[in-house]
Amino acid sequence: MHVFDIIGPVMIGPSSSHTAGAVRLGNVAHAMLKEPPVRGVITLCGSFAKTGRGHGTDRALTAGIMGMRPDDTRIRDSLRLAQEQGFAVSFCREERDGVHPNTAILQVEGASGHTVTVEGASIGGGSICVTKLNGMPVEISGESTTVLVLHEDVPGVIAAVTNFLAACGLNIAAFRMSHHEKGELALMSIELDGDAPDSLCQSVENFANVRSCTLLHALAR
Amino acid sequence: MTTVKGLVEQAEKEGVALSDVVLQRENESTGTRKEELLEHMYRNLSVMRDSCREGENPNLRSESGLSGGDSAKMMERARSGENLCGPFFGKALARALAVSECNACMGRIVAAPTAGSCGILPAAVLTTMEEKNLPEETAVKALFTAAGIGMAIAEGASISGAQGGCQAEVGSASAMAAAAITEMMGGTPDMCAHACAMALKNVLGLVCDPVAGLVEVPCIKRNAMGVANALAAAEMALCGIESRIPADEVILAMRRVGDSMPGSLRETAEGGLAATPTGRRLAEEILGGKKAEKTQETP
Repeated sequence: MHVFDIIGPVMIGPSSSHTAGAVRLGNVAHAMLKEPPVRGVITLCGSFAKTGRGHGTDRALTAGIMGMRPDDTRIRDSLRLAQEQGFAVSFCREERDGVHPNTAILQVEGASGHTVTVEGASIGGGSICVTKLNGMPVEISGESTTVLVLHEDVPGVIAAVTNFLAACGLNIAAFRMSHHEKGELALMSIELDGDAPDSLCQSVENFANVRSCTLLHALAR
Repeated sequence: MTTVKGLVEQAEKEGVALSDVVLQRENESTGTRKEELLEHMYRNLSVMRDSCREGENPNLRSESGLSGGDSAKMMERARSGENLCGPFFGKALARALAVSECNACMGRIVAAPTAGSCGILPAAVLTTMEEKNLPEETAVKALFTAAGIGMAIAEGASISGAQGGCQAEVGSASAMAAAAITEMMGGTPDMCAHACAMALKNVLGLVCDPVAGLVEVPCIKRNAMGVANALAAAEMALCGIESRIPADEVILAMRRVGDSMPGSLRETAEGGLAATPTGRRLAEEILGGKKAEKTQETP
């Protein structure tokens, strides 16, 4: 526990879970998309669906997808700003069993037609847990920089990637593998100690059997 | 684990203020230079000041329509000098309302320790600084004292309403503020600990019962109560009144009280004021109304 965990964070109100955490969930989609969003379908579950409007959860998620940080004073006007920037957002509310009460599913399409789907929950105090990325089960807090590698589920890929990270002087803090619901694809999520350069992704993408690599920098508080 | 007793003992042994101990420990645990830590806290104090200003706008309204504009009324009366308890008390109440209203209206605030209780510490510290003509540095240092108390509470009990009820949010903020202003007024570390203990004792058992689950009713006015309680506790401590129960034991009591609170009184909006006929009607109007159900779309 540190001083600025108590006197902080600086954030846009009214709620650390329903507003600040929602911005950070949106930030994950922003980081994954890597281009301006043009269309978004946001599904709100549980308490997000029930009290989200009063807490500005809709505006917070939208702002997060647009890349605003949790202390950005434009969050209040994000729906208008989205409209001005050609980002069409729609919201739906859904009852779901077995998910955290503050869950949102963000389906976002970028200018090139590339889409990402981020499912996650705001678990209190502005902390988040991303539970699914493009349909694959993950567990990402965004507290540390995370490397996501989508690859064919064949021997040797993990060794190649982790050896490469070691050669770059990067230390792995946590490692998780998940498999796609269908197909032979797997996803490595690797949390790092410290940050990593964006150029890392191009190198990893050149490896055999790697489909894509995304670097998710530690999220702003 | 951080304890109030541990902080006080270290301060007394080294002959320094509580804020010096907290600053020193933070420097040791993070490796961040003291100047940088102070600079960071200056920035937080400056955000607090901005939140006060924004919240004092008489036209400010929250999305639900439940809040906004009350701090402006209080500040006008406090500045006129005609209020019951004089300008110091009136301004402190007005600022607690202002920062909380700023939060409810999606303005920028410093969680202290939470967003729901963000009005108490700025109101206490900024008003003491202004009314007693103290340098800004005193206020910045006092925020470290507040942080030390907050850490002791968070580690020994909780600062989350969902876990410990409103006593854990408004109660913690009030105890932090009481210790901070006791130090600003020249109180000893021991006096700060007593101020903390007395402020926390006064709100033991306070439940978290937000109408419609929103951080508005009764949270905003409880921030005004929180600063009033902090001022009372600091005044008592500064004239030598002591808490018969030491601060760390009060924190333990708060934890036990929080643990025995039913779920309906821990931020679920199912009990207390949220479950009154008016509370339920407001919730229905805000959440169940056409406005809330409608799917919103930007073309």
